[in-house]
Amino acid sequence: MSLEDLSAMELAGAVAAGKVGAVEAARHYLDVIQRRDGQVHAFNQVHPERALERAAAVDADRAAGRGLGPLAGVPVGVKDNIVTDFGLTTCSSRMLAPFHSPYRATVVDRLEQAGAVIVGKTNLDEFAMGSSTENSAFGPTRNPWDLQRVPGGSSGGSAAAVAAYEVPAALGSDTGGSIRQPAAFCGVVGFKPTYGRVSRFGLVAYGSSLDQIGPLARDVADAALLTRIIAGHDPRDSTSLDVPVEDYLADLEKPLEGLRIGLPREFYTQALDAEIAQTLRQAARTYESRGARLVEVRLPHSRIDVDAQGQLSSYAVACYYIVAMAEASSNLARYDGVHYGHRTPQEPQDIIDLYCRSRAEGFGPEVQRRVMLGTYTLSAGYYDAYYNKALKVRRLIKNDFDRAFEQADVLLCPVAPTTAFRLGEKTADPLTMYLEDIYTISVNLAGLPGLSLPAGLSKTSLPIGMQLIGPVCSEHRLLRAGRMYELASGVRRLRPEMAKKGGRP
Amino acid sequence: MSKDIQADLVRHIARLSRIALDESRADELARQFADILGYFDKLQELDTSDVQPLVHPMELSNVFGADDPHASLTPEEALANAPQRDGDFYRVPKVIGDSL
Repeated sequence: MSLEDLSAMELAGAVAAGKVGAVEAARHYLDVIQRRDGQVHAFNQVHPERALERAAAVDADRAAGRGLGPLAGVPVGVKDNIVTDFGLTTCSSRMLAPFHSPYRATVVDRLEQAGAVIVGKTNLDEFAMGSSTENSAFGPTRNPWDLQRVPGGSSGGSAAAVAAYEVPAALGSDTGGSIRQPAAFCGVVGFKPTYGRVSRFGLVAYGSSLDQIGPLARDVADAALLTRIIAGHDPRDSTSLDVPVEDYLADLEKPLEGLRIGLPREFYTQALDAEIAQTLRQAARTYESRGARLVEVRLPHSRIDVDAQGQLSSYAVACYYIVAMAEASSNLARYDGVHYGHRTPQEPQDIIDLYCRSRAEGFGPEVQRRVMLGTYTLSAGYYDAYYNKALKVRRLIKNDFDRAFEQADVLLCPVAPTTAFRLGEKTADPLTMYLEDIYTISVNLAGLPGLSLPAGLSKTSLPIGMQLIGPVCSEHRLLRAGRMYELASGVRRLRPEMAKKGGRP
Repeated sequence: MSKDIQADLVRHIARLSRIALDESRADELARQFADILGYFDKLQELDTSDVQPLVHPMELSNVFGADDPHASLTPEEALANAPQRDGDFYRVPKVIGDSL
């Protein structure tokens, strides 16, 4: 049995029991990162010295008989748009390439209080804008299941790090599917909690009414453990929910009785890859065999249309990108070349020239596109036609979910229309990339929790994900439902060839 | 409304966004913007005359914090990432000009 075989929970247990040292675990994973990450490029930076120091502190606590936290000695990766007061926080952007945050995110505090050992910062699409982790100023991350394929995005670094067994777990952020879609592409569990369940203090803002931090892990139990640690009210984030956090580990192994599983008719159409559809139907039957009842529900405003050319379209995608780009244009106004971040090296004529050139040099093409389109949809004469219209459609999308949850406890849905695609396959046309989010964005618009977990493998050995969606603050039931599938199907802790013992990329 | 996206409009949007436009990309951006905005026009199919906008999923209002003093960044910490500083100030080029 290798150290890597232990889940986060098992490793923390082994550290607490004195069977494994925290320093031993940190050294082991730092070595794995050293061996594998040259191929995967999940990490923007690794911090071995600090990690070993933190691990030594955990070992010292144990030796002194002090109580250990629930993640004692567990190495974790943190997406590089979550600020740490050590190392850099780059957002995979030239704009923030030299940025040392003077403070740390609430989730970073909570992880460390729980005894976790943060080993490094993971790659992402620049400012979390993308669905493949190809929009990184530091180069793309690759999918551990097939290095010619993308890991998904924007939390592609966190998903790939967990899939390659370079860490037991990691944190990501999800604005339109950025935790769930990479989790599906990489064969790991990814959880986006209810909007406001986890503090956004210290998460670099992209779409503030959509963003949420959540875990990526090898199984649902670890996702539940990490969520329990990071969730909770935080006075430093005024949008964080002042609602008690349930013990997500309680009864986790106990199957839910009388569970009503909703299958949204609009999601099971020809837009979905046939093999994925078949796998999800099989998953639904697995639930049925454990006593769940399947019901068809409707999400008319999340409907996916396919035209004669095979081009997909959906109200939800249009609504989401208008809202996200508008919020992005406003949030990213702070990068001005004055307070921090990139400043043009050329002598500017005046302050406006300084802003314009610093931003043109600091932001990559996709970020520039979104800031410009967001600025346009908020500008005089277009505000009502685009932004306000999108907010109205947003309510229609949310109302659909409210109605669906009168009939079902949990919705069983696809995560993405296909399995992981090849690098470069979708970079030429921004719109094609936006359609990757077609099954995940409605959840962010409505503020709901969404759990992505492996449903199985394709014939070509690529992970197929499934998504469980629940009402606001239904984290506990959602995680239990996920665990129920995981235990019933045996599909969990998937491990690509390169991450197996002796496996080499 | 989106069919008329031309390079001129892209220049205008870039200016509003405070992003210096690479002239060689103006036509390509105009095409991409027309595509994306054309896609956004799909929302016009829906009748939303009786629908209230949903700005935020939780529809919170008036979240007040406790009026307790707490530590904030020191000037040194706040200025540590400044591209250019002058004592305890951020340094910028002249602000008065024609382009404002």
